[in-house]
Amino acid sequence: MTTILAAEHLTVTLDDRTLVKDLDVELAARDRVGLIGESGSGKSLTALALLGLLPEGMRVSGRITVDGRDLIAAPDRDWRRVRGNTVSMVFQEPLTALDPLMPIGRQIAGPLRLHRGLNRTDAQAQAVHWCERVGLPDPERLVRALPHEISGGQRQRVALAMALACRPRVLIADEPTTALDVTVQAQILSLFDELIEETSVALLFISHDLPVVAGLAQRLIVMRDGRVEESGATGDVLRRPQSAYARQLVTSAAQVTRLTVGTVER
Amino acid sequence: MTVPLLDPTIAPPEAPVVAGARVRRGWSPSLVAGAVLLGLILALALVSLFWTPYALDQATPGGRLAGPSADHWAGTDRLGRDQFTQLMLGARTAVWVGTAAVAVAFALGLPLGLLAAAGGRIADDAVIGVVDILIAFPTLLLAMLLVTVYGASTLVAIIAIGVGVCAEVARLTRISASRIFTQDYVLAARTSGTGPIMILIRHVLPNIWHTLLVQATLAFGIAVIAEASLSYLGLGTPPPAPSWGRMLQEAQPTVSVAPWNVLLPGIAVAIAVIGVNLLGDGLRETLDPQLRRNRRAVKR
Repeated sequence: MTTILAAEHLTVTLDDRTLVKDLDVELAARDRVGLIGESGSGKSLTALALLGLLPEGMRVSGRITVDGRDLIAAPDRDWRRVRGNTVSMVFQEPLTALDPLMPIGRQIAGPLRLHRGLNRTDAQAQAVHWCERVGLPDPERLVRALPHEISGGQRQRVALAMALACRPRVLIADEPTTALDVTVQAQILSLFDELIEETSVALLFISHDLPVVAGLAQRLIVMRDGRVEESGATGDVLRRPQSAYARQLVTSAAQVTRLTVGTVER
Repeated sequence: MTVPLLDPTIAPPEAPVVAGARVRRGWSPSLVAGAVLLGLILALALVSLFWTPYALDQATPGGRLAGPSADHWAGTDRLGRDQFTQLMLGARTAVWVGTAAVAVAFALGLPLGLLAAAGGRIADDAVIGVVDILIAFPTLLLAMLLVTVYGASTLVAIIAIGVGVCAEVARLTRISASRIFTQDYVLAARTSGTGPIMILIRHVLPNIWHTLLVQATLAFGIAVIAEASLSYLGLGTPPPAPSWGRMLQEAQPTVSVAPWNVLLPGIAVAIAVIGVNLLGDGLRETLDPQLRRNRRAVKR
């Protein structure tokens, strides 16, 4: 299967500190890769680097290819055609990731108008359709709601609809369930599962929560302090962790027994 | 092993959707008071376009420095001209200069502030430098300089006041816009490929315009005072066009004989400025999404 998004020896530095070192990741259609690590390990930075959106002052080296084209030094204009169109992203905190003053329908319609050139009416119709698809109730009415008028789980559904609206082929999800409570988390995860299956989008799922990632990903990348500690098939990493850090991670997760809960067969 | 959790395929039991049925906001008292006061001044200015009790330069039989009467609601000045007519025309000048100066201030300050917030470090430093110089430079001094070069006219007064006020506008725009730029939804917009100009239009401006609108009302108040000050010093609207500031100045020598001639233009300035300030406060309470949300939460 052809690779859509790949990073080779991705390294991010700020002044003389190395924040992400030598990260390799490859995503083809339907791939599900989990990126796991504690906070400050460079997970979110990796996600932003993969979209060419690093904060001012940070330097990135290595290769980031989208559909075979190296974009590491590409101008922002080229990146903008990729973002939201080929690769899109869902954030941790859905309340802050949605514009508080814009009705959610218009927010979902935004990328559609941008990348698909749809007019207002068509984009809005698509937005309604997407609201329905991510399981939002009464979509006709909900598209006019402001983000603070709906619940946290509904907001994350909106964010997901927004990210998938242009039918990207890679979805980067940065801790998309961390800010939600456990029952809502389960619903959102199953929605992810369903939509990924349906749209055959490749997923890079970032989390600090091993059980959640293990339930979703085929491959795992374990990060710590910007370095890749371990990388391999989910089953291998869980059963035969090579690095000391991965071993600790798996053991502690197993001790809390959430591992069994998290890896529910679906 | 399968542990039965909640059935995750079921959509959540719905939180009430309150969209479309927005709670109607009450009017804040200061909004009403401000609108009434400012409305009074605006009405004077508007009516003066069609009708004034007397012609401006008409010396009337009531005599000089007469007190308020049925013939002359605000008395007459030392040349026997009707004071109320002058007040009305002065309101027109004040409203015109205030509005135009605010327009100039925003035309300059808004792009500057946005440039500072969006244009990276170099642009930011440059704009801060310009704004600091402008703030350190007194508006009156700037006006005097311009008047020395171009002569006293309403237009020079408008530009001088506009440039003086634009520093505040630029500073506020920069602060509010850079706060928005750090928000997740701007990052989210960028991850979906939105360009910098569209981010400004779609996300930044809608989230700061309420702050700017309040600033505009305050700037209007400052402009009205500045216009009166300039005219008082003879640097603003040149005669014969009446201005509250020059009415004050002309009435000054006779203040012991006809105190109302000084009082009334002063009160007019005060009404206009208090009016816009109250209006600004009221608008802030009504428009600020944060305050609005809190208030709504309290109601529930």
